[in-house]
Amino acid sequence: MILGRIIGAIHSTINHNFYNGKKLLLVEKLSPSGKRSGSYVIAVDSIDAGAGETVLVLEEGNSARQVVNDPMAPIRSIIVGIVDEIQAQ
Amino acid sequence: MLLGRVIGTLVPSIVIKDLESVPMLIIQPLTESLESSGSPLVAADSTRMAAPQELIYYEGGREAALALEKWFVPVDHAIIGIVDDIHYIEVE
Repeated sequence: MILGRIIGAIHSTINHNFYNGKKLLLVEKLSPSGKRSGSYVIAVDSIDAGAGETVLVLEEGNSARQVVNDPMAPIRSIIVGIVDEIQAQ
Repeated sequence: MLLGRVIGTLVPSIVIKDLESVPMLIIQPLTESLESSGSPLVAADSTRMAAPQELIYYEGGREAALALEKWFVPVDHAIIGIVDDIHYIEVE
């Protein structure tokens, strides 16, 4: 899993059937110290994450398919946790 | 998934059987603020509705193959959806 911060929401009406009704969020990737690492990912939200929150993003297909309980879903990135606090040495 | 802009279409004359009739588009990967990043690539269109100049999001790797109607075909990038609007959230 990686750390990210939600920076936006994507609205889309024409998409693959699996994505009907799914919330897509724009997530910038973060380093453990909270600095942005310069890349981003569009992830499905499975836990009702909101604006500006630091989140845990799964970026692996089989794990993501396990979360949505659909072995055929074309999904790799999914938000699976909201981070309260990070303590990095 | 990542953002991209459709910059062209592509029609293969000979293609392996499983990819026959699959629409292919040339897309330019974009950053989160919609600036071009990296070199263009060819993606199969799972929506079958994307057109040049449209803003789309795409997936790479095995998930690209799963997105197509005939699944588990040899593609490495597929367009998953067309972006209507991006709502950027102001973060202090």
